[in-house]
Amino acid sequence: MNKLIVWFGELTTPARLYRRGLWFLLPAVVWILGLLVIPGLSLVALSFAERGQYGEVVWNFTLENYARLLGYGIFGWSPDTVLILLRSLWVAFVTTLVCVILAYPLAFFIASRPPRTRYLWLALVIIPFWTNLVIRTYAWQMLLAPDFPFAKLAQTLGLLAPDAGLYPSPLAVYIGMITAFLPFVVMPLFSSVERLDWSLVEAAQDLYANRFRTFFQAVWPQTLPGLTVGVILTFIPAMGMFVIPDLLGGAKYLLVGNLIQQQFYASRDWPYGAAVSLGLMLLTLVGLALYRRRGKDVDLV
Amino acid sequence: MRLNPLIGISAIATLAFLYLPMLAVAVLSFNKTRYGLTWSGFTWDWYVRLFSNPEILEAARNTFVLALLSTVIATVLGTLFAIALERYPWPRRSQGLLENILYLPVVTPDIIFAVALVVAFGAFRMVSSLFEPGLFTMILGHVTFQIAFVALTVRSRLKSLGHDLDEAARDLYASYGYYVRRVLLPLLTPGIVAGAMLAFTLSLDDFVISFFTAGPTSQTLPLLIYASVRRGVTPEIHALSTLIFLLTVLLVLASERLTRR
Repeated sequence: MNKLIVWFGELTTPARLYRRGLWFLLPAVVWILGLLVIPGLSLVALSFAERGQYGEVVWNFTLENYARLLGYGIFGWSPDTVLILLRSLWVAFVTTLVCVILAYPLAFFIASRPPRTRYLWLALVIIPFWTNLVIRTYAWQMLLAPDFPFAKLAQTLGLLAPDAGLYPSPLAVYIGMITAFLPFVVMPLFSSVERLDWSLVEAAQDLYANRFRTFFQAVWPQTLPGLTVGVILTFIPAMGMFVIPDLLGGAKYLLVGNLIQQQFYASRDWPYGAAVSLGLMLLTLVGLALYRRRGKDVDLV
Repeated sequence: MRLNPLIGISAIATLAFLYLPMLAVAVLSFNKTRYGLTWSGFTWDWYVRLFSNPEILEAARNTFVLALLSTVIATVLGTLFAIALERYPWPRRSQGLLENILYLPVVTPDIIFAVALVVAFGAFRMVSSLFEPGLFTMILGHVTFQIAFVALTVRSRLKSLGHDLDEAARDLYASYGYYVRRVLLPLLTPGIVAGAMLAFTLSLDDFVISFFTAGPTSQTLPLLIYASVRRGVTPEIHALSTLIFLLTVLLVLASERLTRR
């Protein structure tokens, strides 16, 4: 500890460095610990507590919240909450998949523009990303309203009852989610595509690989780093999303985010809300762990 | 690089898909009728009314005060954090722990973040009424997620700086304070500015954290729009949304200008 070292041109000892470093470190760490880590951990304790008659927290140990999360209520087992959890996973999965499929052509298109205009095209992707989500979501609400061409078209085709709108519906949730998360996939994917080694593609073509094989053996592996980041940035927030299903899905297409929000507002059932939050956190951590092996060297920001 | 024209078509279609909703909102913000979605003539009225609507002006003020104060705090804390992480020889295990603390606000889903804050403020309220939901609690909440983004941005700048200038400064007998003020901070400025801009935009954009921590007197623009969507949207809200969208376009173009040189 008292050994002299030279650190960035300064002759000092580790002990002195630590003492000074703590001043830099502590404000942010204390802030994050106090407002995120410790409250987050206290959710665990809260999830084993009971809801009092007036929505207050009663500190009696119970496993009831977790039983409810698995569907066991006072009226026996019902699939509702399990369905909400599975649906959230499914919606996040479909959203991610469609975003990836749409992102590839877009990323390649932008990368193929001349350097002078390339960043303008990229800005076109970044602008919706920064546009407020509430605004973009209510905009879709309008576009899918009964009076608008999309719903009119569906009505004439007989897919929709006359005077009905395309929202609230699962389709509306998917559309909202896909447009919300598309930029999250395109941007990291583009940074991989931009650095693509095209000589490998030429080599594949020289060896008479068909288009399919060229893509999956010469292009796809090179884009994996960007793709991984895009998938993480989409899948995790998509599972916890509550604005989009709230505005576009209606009461019949609840996701886990809505369930949590209800517990902290309408139902005032914090302990159950805490249990649901931990369920979501668990899903998130599993998702992250599955990707950890691949995404290790990838910066999230 | 030559591309199959189908790729181009699909790319343009995807972009159109992204912009269609905003376009519809912008068009309707100039529509004369108050109710319904049918076009009945062009008007600037809704934009004029916007600026005499006290509720909207109040929300706009709250939004900017919140973004400004939280960004200032988060920029200071985040910059210090980045320097601490990058310029001090922490033992390997503490370093790993610190990295996790740094990434935690980035990977935690919004809604869990918000719930954790609700629980924290609930507990703090037993000690002081300062933590009643309002602008103060919102600032605390926003700073918590902004710190990480500032720290990550500043840190990548620190990494790219290397050791040479630090060592040169110390070799020439700069004291630590002098070195921080005259060498380190000027070199870091681009990173700090980029981090602050990121934090500011994140705060302006945030809905979920604000929704859970706001009080009756601290409504922000995203909250106001959400509330009016539930009540039934008026053309004024279309006008407001269009203005916010244009502001976003300007911010994105400005930051592209600043960062690509």
